Amino acid sequence: MVAKNIGEPVLRKEDARFITGKGNYTDDINLRGQAHAFFVRAPVARAMITHLDCTAAEAADGVIAVLTGAQVAEDGLGSLPCGWMVLSKDGSEMKQPPHPPLAADRINYSGEPFAVVVADTLQQARDAAELVDVEFDELEAVVNVADAQSGPQIHPEVPGNTNYDWELGERDGTLEAIENAHHVTRLSLVNNRLIPNAIEPRAAIGDYNSGTDEITLYTTSQNPHLARLVLTAFVQLAPEHKLRIIAPDVGGGFGSKIFIYSEETVVAWAARRLDQPIKWTADRSESFLTDAHGRDHVSEAELAMDEDGKFLALRVKTLANMGAYLSTFSSAVPTYLYGTLLAGQYKTPNVYVEVQAVMTNTAPVDAYRGAGRPEATYLLERIVEVAAQEMNMDPAELRRKNFIQPEDFPYQTPVALEYDIGDYEASLDKALEMADYDGFPARRDASVAAGKLRGIGFSCYIEACGLAPSQVAGSLGAGVGLWESGEVRVNPTGSVTVMTGTHSHGQGHETTFAQLVASQLGISIDDVEVIHGDTGKMDFGMGTYGSRSLSVGGSALMKAADKIVAKGKKIAGHMMDAQADNIDFDDGEFKVRDSNLSKTFQEIAFAAYVPHDYPLEELEPGLTEKAFYDPGNFTYPAGTHICEVEIDPDTGVTSVVKFTAVDDFGTIINPMIVEGQVHGGIAQGIGQAMLEHGIYDAEGQLQTGSFMDYCMPRADDLPNFDVGMTTTVCTHNPVGAKGCGEAGAIGSPPAVINAITHALGVREITMPATPLNVWQTLQNATSADGRGE
Amino acid sequence: MYNFNYHCPTSLQEAESLYAQSEDPMFLAGGHTLLPTMKQRLNAPTDLIDLAGVSELTGISKDGDVLTIGAYTRHADVAASEIVQAAIPALAKLARGIGDAQVRNRGTLGGSVANNDPAADYPAALLGLGATVVTTKRTVSADEFFVDMFETVLAEGEIITAVTFPVAGDAAYVKFANPASRYATVGVFINRHDAGVRVAITGAASSVFRCDEYETALSSNFSEGALDGIKLATDNFNEDLHATVDYRANLCSVIAKRAIASMV
Repeated sequence: MVAKNIGEPVLRKEDARFITGKGNYTDDINLRGQAHAFFVRAPVARAMITHLDCTAAEAADGVIAVLTGAQVAEDGLGSLPCGWMVLSKDGSEMKQPPHPPLAADRINYSGEPFAVVVADTLQQARDAAELVDVEFDELEAVVNVADAQSGPQIHPEVPGNTNYDWELGERDGTLEAIENAHHVTRLSLVNNRLIPNAIEPRAAIGDYNSGTDEITLYTTSQNPHLARLVLTAFVQLAPEHKLRIIAPDVGGGFGSKIFIYSEETVVAWAARRLDQPIKWTADRSESFLTDAHGRDHVSEAELAMDEDGKFLALRVKTLANMGAYLSTFSSAVPTYLYGTLLAGQYKTPNVYVEVQAVMTNTAPVDAYRGAGRPEATYLLERIVEVAAQEMNMDPAELRRKNFIQPEDFPYQTPVALEYDIGDYEASLDKALEMADYDGFPARRDASVAAGKLRGIGFSCYIEACGLAPSQVAGSLGAGVGLWESGEVRVNPTGSVTVMTGTHSHGQGHETTFAQLVASQLGISIDDVEVIHGDTGKMDFGMGTYGSRSLSVGGSALMKAADKIVAKGKKIAGHMMDAQADNIDFDDGEFKVRDSNLSKTFQEIAFAAYVPHDYPLEELEPGLTEKAFYDPGNFTYPAGTHICEVEIDPDTGVTSVVKFTAVDDFGTIINPMIVEGQVHGGIAQGIGQAMLEHGIYDAEGQLQTGSFMDYCMPRADDLPNFDVGMTTTVCTHNPVGAKGCGEAGAIGSPPAVINAITHALGVREITMPATPLNVWQTLQNATSADGRGE
Repeated sequence: MYNFNYHCPTSLQEAESLYAQSEDPMFLAGGHTLLPTMKQRLNAPTDLIDLAGVSELTGISKDGDVLTIGAYTRHADVAASEIVQAAIPALAKLARGIGDAQVRNRGTLGGSVANNDPAADYPAALLGLGATVVTTKRTVSADEFFVDMFETVLAEGEIITAVTFPVAGDAAYVKFANPASRYATVGVFINRHDAGVRVAITGAASSVFRCDEYETALSSNFSEGALDGIKLATDNFNEDLHATVDYRANLCSVIAKRAIASMV
């Protein structure tokens, strides 16, 4: 059977509404009689609240109520929890501070909300907020991750501001290998803090039905069911069956919309408390201040090699900034999504990683496109490149010599993960060719002749996604399973409604899943409608993050579609007087083997709902099936990125003149969507490497609080990307897919930095490599050499 | 924003009269500085007097060797004007490089000049060309007009009506843009004419300034090499996340040389 649609660059169905302004985003929704919420936020990073008087605010025009942390506590609302337990080396559980939805007696980061004004109009709410009479007793803020453990203790529950001291891998073997190695490369690295900035700011509308005692919460979530579970089981907002969460069209998440935030919690709670629909939409300043930030690691790494450049051991020590509170996923990001990737594409026999998570008076830090894997890849691919320099070996050849080979799979790494399949040389070779690596020296000569510097850098990345096998996740401390649900509901006239527990906020699932199901059922993709994002409509699902939707959610749908076909065969068999196992289903037709008899999918669908010629004694009417799929393993997209830069030494301006990405994502359903994901990921990776940085001053004030100072990548910052593919089909899910959403952001930063250090002839440079940074690095390098420019 | 009264006068007289009668008024031109600050509640005028309809403030004309541009002329219109392109092409090019297309369709010459943002482009052109600012009360040379960061000689209620530029010699403007805001980290405007050389630098210090060291050097030797070895006085230079004092000083030299290179 030729699978129609699979591999076709079908234009996205959802774009019709998105590009004509007909999307239905949370802020587009207006409920009759709704009031507006405005959060009152702390202007200081760390303080005790010594005085709070809302009387004047409550008396202002149009104000319905002003609610504070006191009322939140009064109504028994719990902490916003972290859902992933991490154990320290000594077996003790991670230290978790309480995280009240509204700060009650103390402030821990600048922008933290401590009151909410609910008024008839937003303007009135803003005006009233200025009348809130509050006094703070400011305390010394802890700001930098490197200083967190020696600073004042922020939370009574977290001594030394340290949540955990975690390890993974073989300590003794690693230390011994390092001690006896021919050569050890050592590198210190910083993975810079990023601010997500999805194009749609967060928004939430709480709506309470006093007749049924149900709360409906519209919110910009990547995972509405998970939000419902957390808000009911942990935050105690309502019984689970009395809370409905709807995440309609959502304009980008990149991880920042996974977590359960104060504002949506408070808006849902206040709607019930006041019996009043309440709407809140963040402005961009609030997004900068309070959306979970990403990355923010400081690390030391050692790579031990023998005289031929074979990797013997890797040792890593990392300090990871959690910010002021443990956000929903946060503890897992620098541990299970990080330490486990430190084998990379290589056969390094000994790996040992230690990670300490620390708290600071900054916005909470959590998963952001790649979530732990960009940090791991950056560390590994930077130290490998520096090692190549030190060992006087070509960086591509040093990598090649250490690759896990196709015959080694399934490959058990020293850091828990077992890779199922891959061909790393194939992507490296293809990338080298596409990047015209051999032609680089001539291009460099031309640049130098024109007074410029030129460099080329590599990144051979692997990542683990398709989150996640539930039992593995559970054994690692996850509070939930990570399977996915899918339902295929055939309508009497043969069209299909697909329900998925994943969520599309830019990924194009309405198209990809339609292609998948349409292909399996032999129908037109126009006849398949994909629905997601409403806990009132579909079964529990875990949402979308960790590049899981196709590999896990798509697999659930395939299994559900399999059940549809199996039932269809029974119906067809009855109608054509043949045994079900004598029926083949191909290209939308149920055919009796070795005969001319056939029935179309549409005929079978109709028969299922109008069961006149139907085996009612054996088979229920209807044609609708669901499946829950728990993956057997993570999936392992991998590839090679090669970045070429040209630098103007007078200004430090760096141009990415060529960027080559060759990725192995397994089976591709829609190559256009996949390429789009790669483009977006690379843009964000170049953003991290060259442009973006979330910076706080010594008092914990966010200095990069707007686009005037936080440099988002724009089209003219980027070249056209050369994107290629190699394929090794995932061995353990029916789709054969590995996932592609994050790979671009994971693979690219080290390729960029490696190219820049190569061009400058220096060992190291920090991210972002802004013009100022590049120029200063060059000044320091030439003055160190004693040679001027 | 806070609430405000909005007025749209059609003449200068009406605009001035509205200003005099209002409690705490501000004039509105393109709004790209004023409106964001109002949205952030950093500015709370009781009355906003929109100059968009004031006919006396528009128009581009050349009379002999004087180019006159009305204060309420959008950057996009200056950039597209054949008169400006013919008379002072560097000025048209500068206007074309301000902000982005959306900003250029709204922002005005008068607004930019009245605001005197330390990183704005137009002040460098006015100072570099030795322009004259014409207001409802007087004419002021560019040399006297710009005082300090966000500060000019404009008095309360005084409105810029036009800027006149002498058309003489050759000019160039090169800007090194802040990667985030795209404002000038350093922008250098050079004007070379029979009487000498003027070099105006924006972005580097608290306000646009004429660079005496470069003017002296270039007056006797108009070449890139003339700037070698000149160490600028940098006490007044800005330092921020995006550029240190040393980096700005370096950029002054590099960018000035690029301007010179485009003129020889």
